Amino acid sequence: MSPEEERVIRARQGGRAKVMALLLGAFVLLVFAISIVKMTH
Amino acid sequence: MTPTVTPLSAAPPVADWRDFVALTKPRVLTLVVFTGLCGLLAAPVSVHPVIGFTAILCIAMAAGAAGALNQWYESDIDALMKRTRARPLPAGRMARESALHFGVGLGGFSVVLMGLATNWVAAAILLVSILFYVMVYTVWLKRRTPQNIVIGGAAGAFPPMIGWAAATGDVTLLPVLLFALIFLWTPPHFWALALFVQTDYGNAGVPMLPVVAGERVTRHQIGLYTVPMAVAAIAPWPLALTGWIYGSVAVATTAIFAAMAAVVTFRTSDEGMKPEKQLFKYSILYLFILFGALVADRWVLA
Repeated sequence: MSPEEERVIRARQGGRAKVMALLLGAFVLLVFAISIVKMTH
Repeated sequence: MTPTVTPLSAAPPVADWRDFVALTKPRVLTLVVFTGLCGLLAAPVSVHPVIGFTAILCIAMAAGAAGALNQWYESDIDALMKRTRARPLPAGRMARESALHFGVGLGGFSVVLMGLATNWVAAAILLVSILFYVMVYTVWLKRRTPQNIVIGGAAGAFPPMIGWAAATGDVTLLPVLLFALIFLWTPPHFWALALFVQTDYGNAGVPMLPVVAGERVTRHQIGLYTVPMAVAAIAPWPLALTGWIYGSVAVATTAIFAAMAAVVTFRTSDEGMKPEKQLFKYSILYLFILFGALVADRWVLA
């Protein structure tokens, strides 16, 4: 694998990790909001 | 024993996150989300915005999962069609296993979240819609019969019913009619498309109606399906399930649809395919207007 190919793969892995982190954060907030709604209704 | 190591150059491709987004067919999602949202908003009960948002998110995720599993199964024929050969799998940007795991994971997650956040009736219909699209349409019908999109169209007809069920916990006559409307709308919509991309479907060996039965039969079928579709579209008004706002919009927009479908049905010249392209474009707008009118009717006349 050439250095250029490796750089592209690392960039994709980094991008996927960031998106996954954002989605997990959003999911935590969503579950929190659902829990509050379920408790108050 | 010497362990075998896969050379890096032969390793499966590492897909970009955008490829996973492409796997969900985002353009198809817009109509699914819109009709699901309208089903939710047209229901005769109020839903907390957080719960409503979660329900629509689940519908979108389930549709995305079904799209991903469809692309996983169909990567071989996608590679043969101009319209689909740039998708992540046929273009070689993603390993097939990644698409399968993504689709199954996203689909399962959407059903469980729907059940926990709203109710299990909505979750059950959501699960049926995913299985119907993947197992009945993609795996069973699409490559076997020219009636593939007629029965497969049911998969796309579920969202308003799911939205309604998420709000009310049950299914009544109006969501059933909305289901029937999209179910009967699908054949004229897709066959209009198939008339002007039929060469592509033919190359991939997909038995779309124009490929196996010819243009004449397809045009007649478009006309035939438009009749019950028009009945399903207008029926909620005389049945007193909606008010005059929906009724008048449904009559006007359906009349335009029927007129355009009639032009396609009775056309003998195949030069340009302009009426077919116009019918295809209008059919999408038609559903948006009709479902928008349904919500407006409910909110204004409530």
